Amino acid sequence: MPRPEETPEVQSLRTHLAVAGPIGLAVAAFGVTFGVLAVASGVTISQTIALSLFTFTGASQFAAIGVLAGGGTPLAAMTGALLLGARNAVYGLTVADIARGGALRRLLAAHLVIDESTAVATAQANIADARRGFWVTGILVGTTWNIGTAIGALFGQAIGDPAALGLDAAFPAAFLALVVPRLRQRPELVAGVIGGAVALVLIPVTPPGIPILAATAAVIPAWLTSDRARR
Amino acid sequence: MTWAFVIGLSAGAYALKALGLLVLPRLSMVGRAAPLVAFLPAALLMALVVVGTFELDGSISVDARLLGVVAAAVAALLRAPIVVVIVIAPTITALVRLL
Repeated sequence: MPRPEETPEVQSLRTHLAVAGPIGLAVAAFGVTFGVLAVASGVTISQTIALSLFTFTGASQFAAIGVLAGGGTPLAAMTGALLLGARNAVYGLTVADIARGGALRRLLAAHLVIDESTAVATAQANIADARRGFWVTGILVGTTWNIGTAIGALFGQAIGDPAALGLDAAFPAAFLALVVPRLRQRPELVAGVIGGAVALVLIPVTPPGIPILAATAAVIPAWLTSDRARR
Repeated sequence: MTWAFVIGLSAGAYALKALGLLVLPRLSMVGRAAPLVAFLPAALLMALVVVGTFELDGSISVDARLLGVVAAAVAALLRAPIVVVIVIAPTITALVRLL
């Protein structure tokens, strides 16, 4: 129920925070995990914190420390992590319309292009909401990810496993919540079903990150079933 | 881990993000592909749902996450508030893991 004293902007921010809030909490828990694992696998505390601040794409960070901890070469660790980060290029293209404003603002926006900010931005009905959703989610997730990382790196071994709390299931649920309204249109349903199927089939046979990149091929059958293609 | 690695990884990760957000949209080739780009979110989001539900150490694992995500899917289809959809999944998953 909108309150009479609220402007549409405030209502929009409230809506975005309701989505980004739970995502931010789950991200914080995984930031803690990253901090704990990185320090446990020999990365210094300051390097761990720097990775979350400047690399800021969780899956790539986990991949890098995982390969190094498993005895892989730095080149292998870097390649795996960047392959995983390549999906951010597709995300950037998808949310390109939100990158308006001065140079500094656009450069900062690029840093915030991650799974969660893209998911919230693309779920919005109009460009103004997409822009607000992107910034609210990007800044909130950036904050909780880095606070979590610092806590994990500094206070490490005393902290439990977020998987025991079921928090690993919060991420697919969040993405699901954002995609379901889209699936009510046939071409988007085709994109979603085929994209999901492609990703599932590729999980056991490709390096991490590739299933999500390959799923983008589903836009072609989706386009073929749309009105535009039939005209 | 060396500082060169930290800097290299951060620079590479940022370059990929900036490529998509700031460079690719300016290419005319990409402009012509705009009708295709409209379907990217649905494909990417469902891929993230699938990977987040089934992926474990590079292979497929059917575990407590699936029950949590199915519960979230039912909630989403019933048009439950988005917070409910997100919170129900870890709740169910954690309960299943307790059993």
